[in-house]
Amino acid sequence: MITRMTARTTFRVTATVAILSLAMLAGCKHSAPPNAGLKPTAQGTALVESSGGHQVSATGTAVTDPLVVQVNDDRGIAVPGALVEFHGPPGVSFDPSGILTDSSGQASTTVTLGAIAGRYQLTAVTPGKANPASLDIVETALGYQQRAGSILADKYCSRCHDPESSPERVSNYDNLEVKPHPFADGNTLNKMSDADLTSVILHGGPALNRSALMPSYGSTLSSSDVKALIAYTRAVSDPPYQPPGTIYARK
Amino acid sequence: MQPIKKYVSSVWQALFGDPVRAFGVVSLILLLALAIAPAKEHFSQWHSYQRKYIALIHDRGDAVSLRRRFVPGIHQIWLPELGVVDRCTTCHLGLKEASLSDVSQQPFRKHPAVPHSLDAFGCVICHGGQGQATTVVEAHHSERAGEEPILPTRYIEAGCGQCHQNALSGTPKLNLGRTMLTRYGCVHCHAITRPDGSKVEATDHPPSLVHIADKTTREWIFSWLKDPQAYAASTTMPNYKLSDSDATDISAYLVSSSSPKAGDTVAADAKAAANADPAAGPSLYGESFCASCHAVQNAAGNLVGGDLGPELTRLGNKAKPEWLTAWLANPRVYDSTTPMPHYRFTPAQIATLAAFLQAKSDSDYGSGVHLAAASPQQISHGRKLIVELGCTACHEINGVQKPENFAPDLSAIGSKPLAQIVFLPGMEHSLPSYIAAKIRQPRAFGSSVKMPQFALTATQTDAVTTALLALTARGRSMPDNLRVAVVPETNYQPAGHAGKLITELACFSCHRFNGRGGDMAPDLSWEGSSVQRPWLTDFLHNPNTLRPSLIRRMPRFNLSDSDNKELTDYLLTVYQSPAIDSDLVPAAASSADAVEHGRQLFYSKYACQACHIVDTKADKGYIGPTLTQVGSRLTAGWVYAWLKNPQALRPGTTEPNQNLSDEDARALTVFLMSLKSSPGRGAK
Repeated sequence: MITRMTARTTFRVTATVAILSLAMLAGCKHSAPPNAGLKPTAQGTALVESSGGHQVSATGTAVTDPLVVQVNDDRGIAVPGALVEFHGPPGVSFDPSGILTDSSGQASTTVTLGAIAGRYQLTAVTPGKANPASLDIVETALGYQQRAGSILADKYCSRCHDPESSPERVSNYDNLEVKPHPFADGNTLNKMSDADLTSVILHGGPALNRSALMPSYGSTLSSSDVKALIAYTRAVSDPPYQPPGTIYARK
Repeated sequence: MQPIKKYVSSVWQALFGDPVRAFGVVSLILLLALAIAPAKEHFSQWHSYQRKYIALIHDRGDAVSLRRRFVPGIHQIWLPELGVVDRCTTCHLGLKEASLSDVSQQPFRKHPAVPHSLDAFGCVICHGGQGQATTVVEAHHSERAGEEPILPTRYIEAGCGQCHQNALSGTPKLNLGRTMLTRYGCVHCHAITRPDGSKVEATDHPPSLVHIADKTTREWIFSWLKDPQAYAASTTMPNYKLSDSDATDISAYLVSSSSPKAGDTVAADAKAAANADPAAGPSLYGESFCASCHAVQNAAGNLVGGDLGPELTRLGNKAKPEWLTAWLANPRVYDSTTPMPHYRFTPAQIATLAAFLQAKSDSDYGSGVHLAAASPQQISHGRKLIVELGCTACHEINGVQKPENFAPDLSAIGSKPLAQIVFLPGMEHSLPSYIAAKIRQPRAFGSSVKMPQFALTATQTDAVTTALLALTARGRSMPDNLRVAVVPETNYQPAGHAGKLITELACFSCHRFNGRGGDMAPDLSWEGSSVQRPWLTDFLHNPNTLRPSLIRRMPRFNLSDSDNKELTDYLLTVYQSPAIDSDLVPAAASSADAVEHGRQLFYSKYACQACHIVDTKADKGYIGPTLTQVGSRLTAGWVYAWLKNPQALRPGTTEPNQNLSDEDARALTVFLMSLKSSPGRGAK
């Protein structure tokens, strides 16, 4: 009896140790810091975005401008030499994924988005003094149709619909008496159905009792062009667009 | 030995001791053997994915309809004429399910909207991979001989490029890559033949070095060879990483082999130079729209200007003053095929512009370079290097032949077997990463690699890799009817004296005529039907602003009256469109009512003022051409035809086709043609 007990206990102990060590190994593999070589010399308490958020790029490609974040201390002063790590959903890659802030307290990385079109919620984390500080950043990846729409928008639409003006490309937005809606203006465009947007594009503003300054593109754009344009507006809209769809009761 | 024998015989006895038991055991073994095949299928990878799919759709609201469309078993798209046998849809079950657009879990995602249907083209044609395989590893990552792994998403446009040889609007990366192959000189060394047999031709204009000593000094050549980007950040000339002595020897050969050319250097007109107003330089540079083609780095380090011609930031370090003077007087003396127009500057203008350009120099550039006179050994070693490095693949050099097939042919690089590639240590074993690494740092693959270091951004490297990956064996074996050919540039050349003028003024550098020329300025193939003679004469004398939003505009050439008339006559007679009714004169042209009706349509119904200006005080539209004097500029026939269908006259124009009725188009034409220039202003 005693011998059997001992045998069983020994087996249990061995099994527990084995499982534990396996779990630890797995855990170590999972939680090993990817930036072990970086030695932070300082710590901040807050992260702020400097530039590079809210960019739009094609799936599987790097966004145009690097993502730059800044580490600040509790007085809002930039902290050089603090560690910043970037995280994102599967498919997103950062180059580098961890970096120390430079002399102006900024950390810069190149973001390559995944193969799936949509919004990518990225996070920058700095260890911090007491608690880690983190910052959420959103970048958008466009699929084939949405990017086709963005190319069409560049050619036909954004000269009026995009208020941003540059010497290379002067915007017509300010010249118009009735202001067009920027394509990212989700507050207005999300309320409009695909059918409404289609008819405004095809027949011009008067189709929905809106301004005649919006001309009709029905004889210029094909129906797949119009679908692409709508897919593009939906992809970049802010706040994000929720497709209506049929609502089914969950089983 | 004895116990084992005893044991075996007891087992034998236990299993096959008597005939009934033996029969039972044999039946059992047979049954198990029969179960192997179904068990294998049951535990196969694709079966487990199909079970997961059922579990995924089970909880969804539209589970019933999704399950109805789900067919268990191996699925296959079979297209014999394309050689497609794709079983990808066995696991990728949601590809066609519109309601699964919110699912991001692979392999069940819905396929994003693309112009081709899955049933007509299958998967592998665009994505690569092994269509017949039914396991993930074999389908996606197989590297066996003759098999290709799947194409990474960032290079997916390469899939389109296998059939689409023309520029598609939906593939900007592929288009950029293809442009770079022709613009960065890749195809000077590497031959690329398209599947239809046509060759990819270079579109850059590498300068001839036959008279190089007239243009610049040996010291500049040395500094340039050492690091071209240090002189001009935007140059397409790659860095050959030459040692000081090699660069010295090459410069020695280039200068010693250079032959002088009559007229390509002239002393500056002393009187004009003395009278040149230095303050007039920038404005003359601006007025001549040099920046449409040439870039200059501004104080912030940004390049401002076009990329058709070389960057001029440090021109003073390079150009000899006598050469620059002769070049500005007539660039075709030095280089008869240059895309630079012959401006016909006056001596005073030449002196002003030369002084302005010569001042664009950097005193630090090449300041430490002092070369001793070259020995014959150095010169002959320089020639040897030029032959080895293949300089003459791009540049014309006296005494060295242009090499044939200098570098490997890249016509099927997208199907290069991995077994033929020597990868660097630590590198991902895939064709895309090999190509990208080779473009990024060619010399990392060994000291004997001759390919130079190009200065490319990450986006450019990606684009070139995409364009190269599109050159596959599959693309070459595709049926002809699926291939979309590239539209080749015509070799149209206008005739006579006017044709000579068009060449001298380099109109083709910006304008397109009958399928040949640039895209910076409007296509002029039908200009004769479009404009009125007095306007054209005035415009050629002094081009005024038509499109206020453009920063690249028509420069002013000092044409003589007779040349102007010659050119006007030619443009008006030859470039006629059969679609334009040149006799169309609106019947009610003079009726004030008709004009007013047109004005109403212009401002209210069609709101043309959104983009065009008619009344400079009230209208602000900034996109289309200004129409204040359009009645003196365009013909009524053109205006009417344009209003009816702008894209038919100029494919790709942004003006939408508003599908006007004949009456509305006529009324608008009447209104627009009533907008004449006042005689005093028009003649300016």
